[in-house]
Amino acid sequence: MRPGPTGVGARKLPPGAGPLGATGVRHGSAPHSVARPLTSPPSRGLPPNGWSSLRRLPPMRDEPSPSHLPRPAPGGAAGEAPAVEIVGLFKRYGTKTAVDGLTLSVARGSVTAVLGPNGAGKTTTIETCEGYRRPDEGSVRVLGLDPLADAARLRPRIGVMLQSGGIYPGARAAEMLRHTATLHAHPVDVDTLIERLGLESCGRTVYRRLSGGQQQRLALAMAVVGRPELVFLDEPTAGLDPQARRATWDLVRELRTDGVSVVLTTHHMDEAEQLADEVAIIDGGKVIAAGSPEALCRGGAENSLRFSGRPALDVVSLLKALPVECTAIELTPGSYRITGNITPQLLATVTSWCAQHGVLPDRLSVERHTLEDVFLELTGKELRA
Amino acid sequence: MIADPTDTADTADTADTTGPADTTGPAAASEPAGTFTPRPGAAPLGRMIRAQAALETRLLLRNGEQLLLVIIIPTLLLALFSAVDIVDTGDGDAVDFLAPGVLALAVLSTAFTGQAIATGFERRYGVLKRLGASPLPRWGLLTAKTCAVLVTEVLQVALLTAVALALGWSPHGNPATVALLLLLGTAAFSGLGLLMAGTLRAEATLAAANLVFLLLLFGGGVVVPLDNFPGGVESVLSFLPVSALSDGLRDVLRDGAGVPWANLGVLAAWAVLGLGAAGRFFRWE
Repeated sequence: MRPGPTGVGARKLPPGAGPLGATGVRHGSAPHSVARPLTSPPSRGLPPNGWSSLRRLPPMRDEPSPSHLPRPAPGGAAGEAPAVEIVGLFKRYGTKTAVDGLTLSVARGSVTAVLGPNGAGKTTTIETCEGYRRPDEGSVRVLGLDPLADAARLRPRIGVMLQSGGIYPGARAAEMLRHTATLHAHPVDVDTLIERLGLESCGRTVYRRLSGGQQQRLALAMAVVGRPELVFLDEPTAGLDPQARRATWDLVRELRTDGVSVVLTTHHMDEAEQLADEVAIIDGGKVIAAGSPEALCRGGAENSLRFSGRPALDVVSLLKALPVECTAIELTPGSYRITGNITPQLLATVTSWCAQHGVLPDRLSVERHTLEDVFLELTGKELRA
Repeated sequence: MIADPTDTADTADTADTTGPADTTGPAAASEPAGTFTPRPGAAPLGRMIRAQAALETRLLLRNGEQLLLVIIIPTLLLALFSAVDIVDTGDGDAVDFLAPGVLALAVLSTAFTGQAIATGFERRYGVLKRLGASPLPRWGLLTAKTCAVLVTEVLQVALLTAVALALGWSPHGNPATVALLLLLGTAAFSGLGLLMAGTLRAEATLAAANLVFLLLLFGGGVVVPLDNFPGGVESVLSFLPVSALSDGLRDVLRDGAGVPWANLGVLAAWAVLGLGAAGRFFRWE
């Protein structure tokens, strides 16, 4: 029942930006491959060194686990379902259609960022996966299970961070995390997790007196303390200061390194670029683009190269030296712009053309499109009501 | 890493033993698993319910407003109305009339007012929603809440009994009958409290639960005998759950009566109605 690779609603799919779930297909065909997502480039697998408090922690419990426990088998043992598989999901609230035929597949072991303007249907989609909403139409499978019919079997295997709240206002931070750990069979060591998220100083503080950032980090800790296979994080860094944001990013990276699948929603494009193996841009209740951040940036909008030189250079001659899909114009006298796929090779071609023509290209700059450019291009720049 | 990763012939095996999730193979046993390497599973049900009940009890006893409601107000009422002749409580010692009524009030304050307000705000703050995604099943959560209510009631009954005895109370009757009345009363009030918490806004629940507490305090035979009211009003009031509970407790504890079937019947009817409606209409978000 896997959806076609070009899933419903994936219009404007840029070249090279495959639908989510492409890796899931590969899992099935390579039963002995690694559990790490095949899509993630090696450079994205490790946290950056810049964050001083980051430590790789020793394992909490390393006794051999009973074989009956559900666990993501390496490389997806025969028939292992994707982390999330949504096909043709519709959800309406009264006359308002929140989710409009959304199709999305999330591979095991990947970090998937769901982006979209406010009201795009992100939270409704996530909450349907978490078993909070009943689909009006379409099918939702999480770890191969129905979030509603198989809720009792699914709940222990997923971690949930709601967009806000979810914690007793009068409960102390450490008390709440310890309690959540008690509900699970093999939790992460609570003290380690508290230290890891910088919550040591507020362990005895009641939830309503925590700062917004501390509240967010506690909710994040509660989502991961049960060692789930899959975590849903709904805007995990909303309202965080830069340090706390980086601590959260590091944790998400470590989750992926340890083989946990992560689905997160965010408004921060840089966050998606930093963390996600796959990005799904949702608007109007549909997936309008999906793929790796690199593929989306490469294909969603053209990149450009600008330089200044003397006015009235022979642009036609320059254009002849460039690949056919490129354009080159003199924007204002002495200011030039080349658009197209700006590769290192193309840059070399331009500078050597300049050398041949005795031009020193001044203020040479390559302008790569960011995910934000792609996002705004796809979802529109105007504010929505 | 036991195999040369550059040895392409062994790629598949190497991948298997380095997979972060694989700690079962003999080769992988020596490789440390990550902190978050998936190992999901629910704790045993008994442990989950005990932990949830303990948490809810701690939160209740730590909450100043709740303590005021469930401990201080009943104790003060008992002491004040026993010591000062404010209301005509009929023949005999005032404390013999008041102690059963205040025990009924204690059950009302914990099972109805306190539980309704706490649960209403838990719903408002998404606590119930978040717990819905935890391994603890919903019936387990409700069981834990009931346990927390019962633990609180045991503390209340112990304290109020001690205060009443100090004031010269001489209870009669069968303790098992008293326990049965208190349990049925708890079921009736819990159903009504959860119905309110699960259907109204948290602020509305707060206001309504306090108002009902106040009205029942004076109109439910707790500190004011029902026969002080006009006949028609009295017969209507006698069907309130708190009236049935305080009247039943008084029959047993003051008058040494047997099993007060009529009162038990009224409480059972409220319990069925309240719990049934709560089960039908309770919204978790």
